[in-house]
Amino acid sequence: MKRAIFRNQLLPWLLLAPQLVITFVFFLWPAAQAGWQSFLREDAFGLKTTFVGIENYAALLKDRLYVDSITVTLVFSVSVAVLALSISLVLALAVDRMLSSAKVYTTLLVWPYAVAPAIAGLLWWFIFNPTIGLAPYALEVLGIDWDHSLNGTQSMILVIIAATWKQISYNFLFFVAGLQAIPASMREAAAIDGAGPVRRFWTITLPLLAPTTFFLLVVNTVYALFDTFPVIDATTEGGPAQATNILVYKVYVDGFLGLNLGSSAAQSVILMGVVILLTVVQFRYIERRVEY
Amino acid sequence: MIERRPLLQAAAHLVLIAGVLTVAFPVWLAIVASTHPQSAFETGLIPFWPGNNAVENYSAMFGEGFSNLGAPPLSGMLWNSLIMAMVIACGKIAISITSAFAIVYFRFPFRMFAFWCIFITLMLPVEVRILPTFKVVADLGMLNSYAGLTIPLIASATATFLFRQVFLTIPDELMEAARIDGAGPLRFFWEILIPLSRTNIAALFVILFIYGWNQYLWPLLITTDESYYTIVAGIKRMAQAVDSIPLWNYVMAAAVMAMVPPVLVVVLMQRVFVKGLIETEK
Repeated sequence: MKRAIFRNQLLPWLLLAPQLVITFVFFLWPAAQAGWQSFLREDAFGLKTTFVGIENYAALLKDRLYVDSITVTLVFSVSVAVLALSISLVLALAVDRMLSSAKVYTTLLVWPYAVAPAIAGLLWWFIFNPTIGLAPYALEVLGIDWDHSLNGTQSMILVIIAATWKQISYNFLFFVAGLQAIPASMREAAAIDGAGPVRRFWTITLPLLAPTTFFLLVVNTVYALFDTFPVIDATTEGGPAQATNILVYKVYVDGFLGLNLGSSAAQSVILMGVVILLTVVQFRYIERRVEY
Repeated sequence: MIERRPLLQAAAHLVLIAGVLTVAFPVWLAIVASTHPQSAFETGLIPFWPGNNAVENYSAMFGEGFSNLGAPPLSGMLWNSLIMAMVIACGKIAISITSAFAIVYFRFPFRMFAFWCIFITLMLPVEVRILPTFKVVADLGMLNSYAGLTIPLIASATATFLFRQVFLTIPDELMEAARIDGAGPLRFFWEILIPLSRTNIAALFVILFIYGWNQYLWPLLITTDESYYTIVAGIKRMAQAVDSIPLWNYVMAAAVMAMVPPVLVVVLMQRVFVKGLIETEK
């Protein structure tokens, strides 16, 4: 809180105006529209709209496709978050041991942050191309027949790999920053007391990294739930047979391609609820960390 | 380093080299693919070493593009992406820094209400309100325009928070001194606050430039006119056709060109970028 302030009353509103106008027109109004739409049902020609209460929501919960999509989303986001976090933690621990070469390794590991998720999807799609790709060829040697356009599990593996690849550099940077914040004296003291690298990792490094890990867990969940839309759209488009149809992709498919407005709006509202929950978790935790 | 453990050190190097190679592998294949003629992708395996068709592929993509794949020349798409990224980055910074200034340095009715309205945008990613937002933009006649590509994405809660945080650390004495010297709020903003937040503006710019450049769903939906395609969204339209006709050399040339600008920004401005990333998220 500032003690010293300016007294103008009109000026602050002028300063806020552009941000507020955009927020109202492109964020709050559409969100309210989605909320209202989720209680309506439109007939196939868009001629008649009726108020149906919570029927759209009730229909969703009974819809096997929606329940399947929830399962798919859970498998996808848990895999992406766990893989992206553990791989980048190992890389960050390795870089933390380096003195002169740390900077070079960091540069070589951070640039995928700049690659668009859609491009990341395309690149892995190319590698796993069933006819000419390198990965299916290598897998054939192991006796695995790869075709992600037919096999749902394989298609899921493909999008998990692409989404994880893109996220590693982000997590890596935060883990490196977190490791640097751990006082060297603490690890030195433990080493003098005879604790080896493995013991020091479990008793000192990991507990002190907990805040960073928790923060990254929330960010990675949000990433896997929402920002991976381009990865799915550029590769599997939710298929085969809904095997990679994550919730955020289903909103788009049902609304834009299926023109099932009421159902799509109800799905939007449910997803907004999920984002709100995650944001609250993230901010509560950040408040706490600021205190100590 | 705490103690000498040559074995562990060697293992760490091995892990890092494996990591660097895995991270680079898909991009290497894309670059290689963009240097081969089309015939290299008809049968057999993806080539692993560069070919000698690079000049032809890139000049074809820059010159004519692929009209039968719904892909205009790359130069136009790159230009659109550049405009989109620059307008989004500068726009977000401009409207967020003024909002933060208003919230920190003024007391007015509904101040907290304004703050919460901005905060709530964090919770409404474009993917979950896509249909109604599209409708608003269509009703405003902003489809197929630079305004439609950029303005709806310009509101930013994170940038506002970052500047608010920066302003809160600036000592009150500076503002009191400025007021005694007769500086009004706008003069104080221009001559003291902006210069003091210069490094934060630079860091934020890098992050937001990449954000704008990599936009996918939004440009895909609101541009149907080829002259407004951005490169990241345009590639999807090319790739769709590729499963039937193997034009991987052209698609990968486009993918490489879509990656080069943001990757260069990250590599050349690494220190600013790391600072920006870690600060905006915390």
